[in-house]
Order: sequence, then C-alpha cells, then structure tokens
Amino acid sequence: MIQFQYTRATEARMALDAISKDQSSMFIAGGTNLVDLMKRGIVTPERIVDISRLPLNKISYEGKVLKIGSLALNSTVAENKLVQHKHPLLAQALNAGASAQIRNMATVGGNILQRTRCHYFYDTSLPCNKREPGTGCGALEGFNRMHAIFGFSDKCIAVHPSDMSVALLALDATVLVEGSKGQRRIPFGDFHRLPGDKPEIDTNLLPGELILGVEVPDNGFAKNSHYLKVRDRASYAFALVSVAAALQIEKKVIKDARIALGGVAHKPWRLAEAERSLIGKPVSEASFQQAALLAMQGAKGFKHNEFKLKLAPNSIVQALKVASRMV
Amino acid sequence: MNRFFDKVIGDPMNRVDGKLKVTGAARYSAEYQLPNISYGVIVSSTIAKGRIRSVDAKAALRSPGVIAVISHENAIRVPGWADNEHPTEPPTGGRPLRAFHNNRVYSNGQPIAIVVADTYERARHAAMLVKIEYDTDKHETNFEANKGKAVVPAVVKKNPKSGLADYERGQAEGYKTAAVKLELEYVHPTEVHNPMELQAITAHWEADDKLIVYDKVQGTKPTQQAFANEWKIPVQNVKVISEFVGGAFGNGLHNWPHETAAIIAAKMVKRPVKLMLTREQMFFMVGYRPYTWQKIGIGADKDGKLTGIYHEAIGQTSSYEEFTESTLQQTRMMYTSPNIGTKYRLLPLDVSTPIWMRGPGEATGAFALESAMDEIAFALNIDPVQFRLMNHTDTDPDKNLPWSTKYLKECIQVGAEKIGWSKRSLKPAGVRSGEWLVGYGMGVGTFGAHRGAAAVRAKLLANGTVVFQSAVTDIGPGTGTAMVQIASEHLGVSPDKITFQLGNSDFPQAPNQGGSATVATVGSAVVATCKAMKEKLLGMAPAADKRFAGLKVEDVTFDKGYLSLSRSPSVKVAFTDLLKKQNLSELDVLQDSKPNQEANKYSKYSFSVHFAEVHVHPATGQVRVKKVVTCADAGTIVNKKTAANQMIGGVTGGIGMALQEEAVMDHRFGRYVTKDFGDYHVPVHADVPPIEVYFVNKPDYIVDPMGTKGLGEIAIIGVAPAITNAIFNATGKRIRELPVTPDKLI
Ligand SMILES: Cc1cc2nc3c(=O)[nH]c(=O)nc-3n(C[C@H](O)[C@H](O)[C@H](O)COP(=O)(O)OP(=O)(O)OC[C@H]3O[C@@H](n4cnc5c(N)ncnc54)[C@H](O)[C@@H]3O)c2cc1C
Repeated sequence: MIQFQYTRATEARMALDAISKDQSSMFIAGGTNLVDLMKRGIVTPERIVDISRLPLNKISYEGKVLKIGSLALNSTVAENKLVQHKHPLLAQALNAGASAQIRNMATVGGNILQRTRCHYFYDTSLPCNKREPGTGCGALEGFNRMHAIFGFSDKCIAVHPSDMSVALLALDATVLVEGSKGQRRIPFGDFHRLPGDKPEIDTNLLPGELILGVEVPDNGFAKNSHYLKVRDRASYAFALVSVAAALQIEKKVIKDARIALGGVAHKPWRLAEAERSLIGKPVSEASFQQAALLAMQGAKGFKHNEFKLKLAPNSIVQALKVASRMV
Repeated sequence: MNRFFDKVIGDPMNRVDGKLKVTGAARYSAEYQLPNISYGVIVSSTIAKGRIRSVDAKAALRSPGVIAVISHENAIRVPGWADNEHPTEPPTGGRPLRAFHNNRVYSNGQPIAIVVADTYERARHAAMLVKIEYDTDKHETNFEANKGKAVVPAVVKKNPKSGLADYERGQAEGYKTAAVKLELEYVHPTEVHNPMELQAITAHWEADDKLIVYDKVQGTKPTQQAFANEWKIPVQNVKVISEFVGGAFGNGLHNWPHETAAIIAAKMVKRPVKLMLTREQMFFMVGYRPYTWQKIGIGADKDGKLTGIYHEAIGQTSSYEEFTESTLQQTRMMYTSPNIGTKYRLLPLDVSTPIWMRGPGEATGAFALESAMDEIAFALNIDPVQFRLMNHTDTDPDKNLPWSTKYLKECIQVGAEKIGWSKRSLKPAGVRSGEWLVGYGMGVGTFGAHRGAAAVRAKLLANGTVVFQSAVTDIGPGTGTAMVQIASEHLGVSPDKITFQLGNSDFPQAPNQGGSATVATVGSAVVATCKAMKEKLLGMAPAADKRFAGLKVEDVTFDKGYLSLSRSPSVKVAFTDLLKKQNLSELDVLQDSKPNQEANKYSKYSFSVHFAEVHVHPATGQVRVKKVVTCADAGTIVNKKTAANQMIGGVTGGIGMALQEEAVMDHRFGRYVTKDFGDYHVPVHADVPPIEVYFVNKPDYIVDPMGTKGLGEIAIIGVAPAITNAIFNATGKRIRELPVTPDKLI
C-alpha cells in the first residue's frame, strides 16, 4: 500500500471540496472494497476522503418514493421494515451478498461502485485493460468461468459483482449524485456502462461526484418477487448467475414484469424484451421458458463460461417460478 | 455424540489450552515480540521459469524504515549448501528449493527477495517497489497437456521394492476378463494448504552460532536438525519453538524456502526477523495436494464378487524435488479381489513442490477407488453397501497378515442405519424433496495405524503436580489434552494436576506430528514414563511405610496422587509425602518407547466409513449436503470430544474436496488465478450439515498400550466419494472431475 493522506468529511460540501482540490484523491465509505484494492496496489489514491460520517444514511419514504442514503449500511437497509415491506427483492439481494460482517461495514454507495472481481484485474502481474489500459484482457483467452456472456468487448469481459445493484435495476431505481456543478439524477440503467474501448471506466459517474442516495419508486411487485443467486457454495461467494425477478400478477395473469441478471455482464443486465413478453401471459412454466429464451438472445460464452448460456435461462425460469409461487 | 460399542473410555474433557486459545493468550509463531525485532516480507517471482536478470532494490532501499533487501545477488551463503548450483536431477529426485541461492526461477511465486524493515507495513510497501527483471524460459505447468511425460519415481528406481513400485497380485490387469467390467478416469485438481494461521517464522541469532526460531512447523526436532545441517552448527545450538499451531494439515512437514529466507535475513541484519506469508503466498510456497489423474479398471462376476482392480495414478510434482504419496495403497488391501495391479507415476512440472495434505494420497486414491466401487455396484444392480460387505476381506490380502483389529463391517452397518439408507432408491433420481433430487452415497476410508519412537519426561513436584514434556507439536487435534488424559489414567493423578508442555526442541525426542501417529507414538511414551515414575515411587514407598516393601507395581493402586495396597486400600501414602521423606524437591523421569516387534505380525489400519445425504437442484445444479454420518474404527478413543472434533473437521474438508476446492492455474503464465479466499472456496457454515460421529471404540493393543489407532486422516479419506456417489444417486450424473460445481450438473 502506498502512503496516503486521510481527511474526514463531516458534510457533503466538505467532501466534494476535498476531492475537487486533489485529482489523486478518492472517497472512502465502508472501505471493504477500496482498502483491498489499495493493499494490492490496484488503485493508489494519495488522499482518501472519509465520507462514512456524512449524514447520508437515512431511509425514508416520501411521495411514493423510498429514499435510501448512500451511506446507509447494507445490513441496515436489508433489515429495514420499509424496505422489507415495499421492496423485499432489495432486502433479499442485499442478504445474498458477502457476509454479515462485511454487510455491517459496506454502504449503498460503495456497493454500487465496487469493482469487478476478475482474477486478472486483481493480479498486478497479469494483463488487464481495466486496471492498466493497453495491457490486454487476461480473461479473454484465460480462465473466464466467472465472466460475461452479454455486452462484453474484446478489451474486457469482466462482470459487475454487485447483487444489490441487480435488484435496484429491476426496481427502476434512480441514483442521486452531486458534483461541483450541482446535483443530478441518473436512472439506474444508465449508471454503469459497458466496457467498449474504455473498460477502465465502470460508470457514468463523473470524477469528483458523490453519490447522495438512491430512490426506489412504489410498484406492484412486493408480493411476487424473488432474488435467486446461484453460486459455488451456499453462502459468501459471488454469483455465477443471479436473477432479480419481479412480477405483478392479477388473477393468474402477468400485468407487469421485471427481470435483471447479475454475473453476466459488465453491468447489471436488464431483460426488457423478456419482461415485455410476459405481460398479458398466464403464470405458467411455458410463459417463463419463452421469456428465458428471449432473454438469451445475443448471449455468447467463452471457454469456461459456456455453462452460463444454460444456467442463466434455467435460473430465470426458476426465479420466476419462485416469484409467482409456482414452487 | 452417539457411540455404539462398549463403555466410554475417553472423557469428553475440554481442551487444556482452550482458554488460552479463545482469550488470545496462546502465542503463535508471529506473536513473539523480541527486542529490536524487524519485519520481513517476501518478494516472489511472477514468472514460472527462467533466470533473474536483475534485482533493482534502489527504490525499496530509499523507502522509509527499510533495513535491507536481500536476494541471491547479496545473500550470505548458507554453509550447508556447499555448491552454488541448484542440484536438481531432472526429471525427478532433486531436493528442496534453496532460498536466494542462485538466479534460477523454478516456479511462479518462488521467493526471490526479502525486504526487511522496522515495521511490517513499511516492509510490505517496500516489497512492492522491488523491480525484478527476468530472462524467461518456456515453462510447462499444464498437467493434462504433459500427462504423457510422466515418469517412474526416483525412489522406485533406487529401490525397486519401494511401496510405490508397480504392483501385481494375481494378474495386474485381470479385471479385463471379468463378466462386468468398467474403465474409468478420475481427476483431482490441485488443493492448497491454507489453514487459518498463515505460515510464519520469527528467527533470531542469539550468537553467531546460536539460532532460535519460533516457527510454524509440525515437528520441532526435525526442524532443529534441518537448520543445524543448513548452518553447520551443533544441533543443540538450534532451538525451535512451536508451542501453538493454528492448523496445519501437512504444510508444516517440510521446511520451506521462506524459513531459510528469514534466517538468512536475521543473520545479515543482525536483528530478529519476523516473517509471515500473505494469504496469496500460501498458494505458492508451502505445498499442496497435487493435481492427480487416475484410471481404474474394475471387474466383477455377475454375482457381485470382485475379480480384479487395476489402479493407475499420475501425480504432479515440481521440476526440482520429488514428492510422492501413497495414492494406491488402499486398492491393494481394501477388498478381496484376486487380481490387483497398481501403477504410480510422477509428472514433474514447473511448479512448486507439493506436500502431504490430510489423508495424503489416500484421500485422492479413495476418490477413485470408492467411486469405481459405486459405479460397478450400479452396473451390477447391487446396493453399494451390500457390495462392500460382499467383498469385505477378513485378512490383509496385500501383506498376507491378520488385521490387528478391524471393525469396518460394523461401521458400515451402523452408518447405513443412521443415515437412513433404506430410504435410498437403487435407481438414480428416484427420491425427491420438493423440487430437489435426493441422493445417498457412501465411501470407505483407511489409513495405516502407525506408531513411531518417542521419549517423554515427567517431573513430579513437591506440591503434587506433574509436568510432562515432549518436543511434539499440536497442530490442532488437542494433543496436550489427550496426553494429560493418558498420563492421568496411567499415573493416577487427576488431570487438573498435570501439565503437558510441548512444541519445544529442548524437550525429549518426538517425530513430526503427522500420519495420524501422535497419540500412538507420544502417548506410548507417556505410558512408559508413567510406569517408570510409578516404579520409582514404589521404590521410595517402604521408607514411608514398610508394608510397601518387596511389592511390584501391579500389586499397588495409584490413584489421585496416592499409592495404596491393592488388597488393603486403607494402606496408602501420598506421592508428595514420598518426596518429603527423601527431601526431594522433585522427581524427574525420562523414558523412551518404541513399537514392539510383535506388532509386525499384524497388518494395522484404521478404518472409516462416511455416508452422505445430498440434495441437488435440477435447474441450477446447486448441491446441498444435508446430512453426513461418519463412523470410525480407530481403536480406543482417548477423548470423545476432541476425537469427534477431528472427524467433523475431516468431513468438512471432504465436503470442500468434493464440491469446492480447486486451485486454477492460467498456464500461459504458470500462475494461479484463484488465489484468495474469494476465489478459492472452502466450505462455509451454510455448506456444513449436521455431522453425526460414531466410534467403535474398541482397543487395539497390538498397535500401542492405550489401544489407539490413528484418527486424523481417516476423517477425510472417503468423504469426497461418499458425496459424489450421493450426487450420482440423486441425479444419475457421474462427475469424475472434482470439484462438482453447479456448472457440471446442469
Ligand atoms: C470477501 C468479500 C465478499 C463479497 N461478496 C459480495 C457479494 O457476494 N455480493 C456483493 O454484491 N458484494 C460483495 N462484496 C462487495 C461488497 O458489497 C462491497 O465491498 C461493499 O458494498 C463496498 O461498500 P463500501 O462502503 O465498503 O465501499 P468502499 O470500499 O468504501 O468504496 C468502494 C468505492 O466506492 C467509492 N464510493 C463509496 N461511497 C461513495 C459515494 N457515496 N459516492 C461516491 N463514491 C463512493 C469509493 O471511492 C470506492 O471507489 C464482497 C466483498 C468482500 C470483501
């Protein structure tokens, strides 16, 4: 780890000022991702601005919108009664992530901004365009079992590891951010980006911008939603494939649907076409199978992750079955 | 904890050092704070093969707090390594890697330099600043691509009678003419050693020729000898302390380059050096269970009698040092087949050297053998439990000797009952629980019941307490606790008055803690020492009470610190009074013990059987182990709590082996890519179901005077196939390549 300066901010303005003065500075919230990356020399900020004490940890409900402060802890959000009542999918996704200890440190903002777990990104002696642009993608011809089947480029086939973000995407959340030019709102689907030619940039957040919180609008999915995470062990592992499935069902007919996948792309992956295909359909395995088929259009596997081409549709069907209480 | 035979011999006594461990008072190798201590961090290679062109330490040396950067360019010469060349004899043979000995790189992750600084953080930072340039050679790390280049081990070439030589009983490939026969290949990936405590050493030269190390090892005496040889100093000038070991499953059975690196550094900076490997370095530097390919040809007649097994294995080793393990031994002795053949080969690759890992060889071999047994039972349409019993052998067909003891049949019967085997369907995918497919499987394990030589000292003090000493280590099984119990029983002193000191090379001789042999080896020496102590006490007794004159130890009862006449117990005298009478402040006894020749007339093995119930989700391929029943025939159980602890730990390791563990290497770089606990999975609590443990608990007095047989290894041997066999029973899918992850089942 390189030597760095430490500043603790007590209000948002102070954090933004500290960051804007110093190009090599970074925010730190729970530190559960950033500190690991610093220890390995993957990111090397010369100053860290501690935002963990900013008054941005509230969870409130105003005008049919659930507002979650960016510094609310993953565990606090998962246990919150409003969240459990209105958006159980979000609570499930949070509880499917990491371990209890880490969820007690990790914040909502940090979770959205966590970096990929690609092996090549983590090992500074191996090539990685995301870590060191121009060195090549180690995973492309390497060990790519955990990697993308959608939206990748020849520069990067890494996936975004967050579970919470998959649920937020399915729930049509908005991210509220503030930078030197003031505040702006980013629909969740536009927050993360695909690797393209610039895999080193994960999101559309501008340098120096601070996430203030996320907002989740009311919806009719609370009764029929499910977060399914398929992983290599029962707990404490990143997803091979995860599915956030939400249905609005009336008299056994699907009125509205949301499906998003984790572990398959550089960003949480929304399946708009599959969602549309379900509207007006009866709750049945056949409807779900058809949606899963549509969902997989354009997917492509690599040497070690071909299985995701089967696991993903299987998991979509399974998640929809559980969400609709067929099983 | 249930048990199914006989009376309880071993109290479930709490660990004597439990409080020290849970309160943090126990000191591990990296926790000795010597005056003027410095900290070392290893810089390791990022190429798999080649030569170091240069080590640029300038930036590191300018970094705050840095005391030295040591590599082959400036390291002092280790006097025991006379020649400069690394004396490898490819393709096998060779010897351990020598730290900083020359510019050669033999594997990725090899120690290249050590940075010493005044704090750990500063050393770690400076280590990142050391720039190493290489001339790279083409490396070979891909086992599958090089399988054809496997060779006969050098030990076999030197000694054709070695247990690793090709083996034939009847006709090696006799299975080929069987009515029902199968030929099956199994692959076991590399599994790394990564116990909770990282490998650590604190090295301190007390004088120019006097070394003390606090080192995480499994044997203080073998380590003492190794370092004395390396530094050409008298053995007694080396002191090795390993009082507490935070888990070791074989990784402490070898002295690794980082240990010598720390000792070199301590000598050069003239300060104590503390070195603890990082979690990632643990993947490269301290051995592993090697990648192994196996093939089994197995045949039986229509009635289910085995007619032949031919078992081949190729294990991975390094290019510079031969590592072998007894992968095939159990195939020679487990079942009654008239025709048995085994063939063991090694594949040297540009990787670091493997080392024994719990159930070494046997656990790998059992995966193939017990899977093949399940496969042929299925082909014969015979229940696999029935099939094992039908081919059970009452004598050792390999050595042609009677078993010292063997209660495997009983274990199988009890295990089958406790898992609910009767619910199993012979046809796969025949049982469901909701959406989940339910399967039952079993696997048998065995391991030699070994006993070595050791000595133990006991000191009876004036206050009636007794201190025992042995150089042995305790890598986790609760050795101190078991020894206190044995001493208590054999000396007649209550456990709370006994202390067992261990983990110090100044104490009497004990071998490595390994091969499940510690209780039999050191416990026997405790018994011998207790006997010698009793004789001394009895010799002193007539001075206190004439009625003890002329008696033998057998005529006297030793209990709670008193001697009494067995025929008239009211005639008694306290041990402490005997000391007082003679004006002695203590009574010191040192006794050694070694296995007797009589034992050679028997074949001595421990046995276990594991039963698993698993549920598999047909859509997602997720496997949940729902219950495991494990039954062990391990002789007398000294402490049923710590023994059950061993079994539960072994089964947990077996779940990891079956479902999760795999060190994946990217062969373009010859470097592991799954090298932290995020990527290399071991079971978490949610993966571990209730594990029911049963012990036969019948003494085997052929092995040792307590009647114990080893336990540590059989806890894991046979677990992985029990689980994969259950997966087959649940799904009809036979996965012959571990680990069985969800992708293989959808
Ligand atoms: C062993 C392990 C297992 C894990 N398993 C999972 C898992 O299964 N699923 C899963 O989803 N996650 C998992 N995680 C990741 C975990 O969820 C993240 O580490 C955590 O959410 C990050 O939050 P943090 O507050 O600690 O972020 P930090 O580490 O403090 O910050 C992360 C990044 O976000 C930036 N940042 C933080 N807050 C803000 C803000 N308000 N505005 C702007 N920038 C900000 C920081 O500058 C930094 O770049 C795991 C982590 C570990 C260590």
